[in-house]
Amino acid sequence: MGIYEISLGTVICINIILAVGLNMITGFCGQISLGHAAFYGVGAYTAAITAKAGLPLPLALLSGLILTGLVGIIVGLTSLRVREDFLAITTMGVGFLFLGIVRQQEALGGELGVSAIPAHGMGKMGFFLFVLLLAALATAFSLVIKRSWMGFAFDAVADDEDTARLLSVDVPAYKLAAFALGTALAGLAGGLYAYFARLIVPDDFGFITSITILSMVAVGGIGSVFGVLISTVILTLMPEFFRFVSDYKLLIYGALLFAVMRFAPDGLAGFARDIIRRFHAKGDGG
Amino acid sequence: MLYLELFIQGLIYGSMYAIIAVGLTLVYGLLRILHVAHAGLFALGGYLGLLLTNATGSLILATPAAAAAVGFVGMIIYRLCYQPILDRPPYVPLIASIGLFIAMEEIYRLIFGPYGLTYLDPPLQSQITIVGINLRTAEVTMVVVSVFLLGALSYLSQKTRIGVAWRATVDDPQIAASYGVDAVKVRYLNFFIGSGLAAVGGIFVSLLSNLVEPTMGGVPSYKALAIIVLGGLGNVTGTLIASLVLGVIEAFGTIYVGDLLDRDAIAFAFLIFVLMLRPTGLFSGR
Repeated sequence: MGIYEISLGTVICINIILAVGLNMITGFCGQISLGHAAFYGVGAYTAAITAKAGLPLPLALLSGLILTGLVGIIVGLTSLRVREDFLAITTMGVGFLFLGIVRQQEALGGELGVSAIPAHGMGKMGFFLFVLLLAALATAFSLVIKRSWMGFAFDAVADDEDTARLLSVDVPAYKLAAFALGTALAGLAGGLYAYFARLIVPDDFGFITSITILSMVAVGGIGSVFGVLISTVILTLMPEFFRFVSDYKLLIYGALLFAVMRFAPDGLAGFARDIIRRFHAKGDGG
Repeated sequence: MLYLELFIQGLIYGSMYAIIAVGLTLVYGLLRILHVAHAGLFALGGYLGLLLTNATGSLILATPAAAAAVGFVGMIIYRLCYQPILDRPPYVPLIASIGLFIAMEEIYRLIFGPYGLTYLDPPLQSQITIVGINLRTAEVTMVVVSVFLLGALSYLSQKTRIGVAWRATVDDPQIAASYGVDAVKVRYLNFFIGSGLAAVGGIFVSLLSNLVEPTMGGVPSYKALAIIVLGGLGNVTGTLIASLVLGVIEAFGTIYVGDLLDRDAIAFAFLIFVLMLRPTGLFSGR
C-alpha cells in the first residue's frame, strides 16, 4: 500500500469509530443528533492540547475520550427535557455553540486552530493498524451492546419512550448511557484525528461534518451496525472515487444522499433485507 | 442612545429572520418536516432577484417575479421530494432535505461561480435618519416590506376561504378533508407562499451586503430553524415574536459577550437556555 492508500484507510477507520458512536445514540436509542461533530472536536482539542503539554499518546487519547464522554452526558441531559425535532435542533445548536466558543478562545488558537501536534511515532503503517484495531474494537463493542440487556432497553426507548417508562425501563439512565458511550467514541476518534492530521481548525468540526456522520448512519440503515460500516466505507471513498469529476463531487454527494432517503428510506440495510425477502418469496412460490 | 440603536438593529435583523422563518414554520405546521432546503430557496431568491434587477434595472419588477418563480420551485420540491416520504420517520425527510440543500448550493456554485455576484447599480443604498439614528434605505424597506407581507399573510389566513381551509388542515387534516378541503391544494399553497417569502428575504439580504453567493443560505436558515423551535414549532405568531427577540438578543449579545461567543453561538446559547426552561418553545400550545 502506498502512502495515499494508508491515509485513506486511516480516515475510513476514524469515520467508522464516529459513525458507530452516533449509531448508538441515534440508531439504538433513537435520539437524533445533528451535533456529533462537536464531540469529535472536543476529543480532538483535548488530545491535541494534552499531547502538546507532554502527555504520552495513550493518556492524551484517554483524556479526550473521558472529557468528551462527560460533555456528552451534559448534552445528553438536554435529551431528557426535549424530544425529537426539538432535540435535533438543540443538538445542532450545541454544534454551533462549540464552534462559537472555540473560535473566540485565544488559548485554543481561535480561527487558526492548534498546530504542531506531537507525532505519534508509529510510522504511517503502524498508526493505520493502531486505528484499524480501535475501529474493530469499537464495532465489536457496539455489537455486544446491541445484543445485551442494555441494547434491548435502548430499543424500547427508541420505539416508544412512554411505553418503555411504563414497563419500568429507566429511560433517563439509558438515554444518558447512550450519549456517554456514543460521544466518548467520538472523543476517541477526535484524538486519533488530531494525531493523524497534526493540525486541527474549528471548521473541521462544523455542521457539515455532523451531517456527514449522520448520513453515514442513515444511508447504512439506522441501527444496523453492518449497514453503517459499509456505508461509512462507501461514503468516505465516494469523494475520492469521483475525483475525476472533482468539481461535481459535492453535487453528486448531496444528490445521492437525497436519492437514498427518497428511494430507499431504510438505507442499505433495509434495501438488502428487501432483496432477500423477495428472493425468499420467489423461492416459496416456485 | 446606544441601547436604542442596538434595539433597532436587532429589530431589523429580526424582521429578516421572520420572513425566512415563517415559511419554515408553515411547512412544519402542516407536514412536520424540518425543511432545510428552504435555505436553498432563500439563496435562489437572492440570485433571481439580482439577475432580474440587473437585466431590467427595476427592483420593483424583479422582486415579485423572483418570489413567484421561487414559489413554483417550492411547489415542485414538495411534489417531487417530500410527498413520497411523508409517512416515514422524521429523520428521513430531514436528511433528504439536507441532501437537497447541498445539491442546490453546488448547482448555484457551478452555474454562477464560487465568488458570488453583485448588483450593477445597487438600489436603495442611500442613508436616512430616523429619530437621530442613521439607517440605510434598504434596511428600512426590508422592515416595511416584511411587516406588509406578514400582515397580508395574516389577513389571508384569517379572513379568506382559502385561509380558513388552510388553518383547518393544520389543525386536523382528516376532519378538514371530510369537510371537503383539498389537503393537497393547501400544501401546494403553503409551499408557494413560504418559498416566495424566503425569496423576498434572500433579495433583501443580497441588497444589504450587495452580494449573492452559493452559501448565503446556510447561516440564516440554521438560525431560522432555531427560531421556529423557539416559537414552538408550527406556531406562526410565536415564530414572529421569536424572530424579533432573537434579533435583539444577538444585537445586545455581540456588544456584551462578544469576546466569549460569536454571533451565531449567542443565538444558539439562547435557544438551548430557553429550551431547558420550556422544552416545547416559548409559545407552545402543544
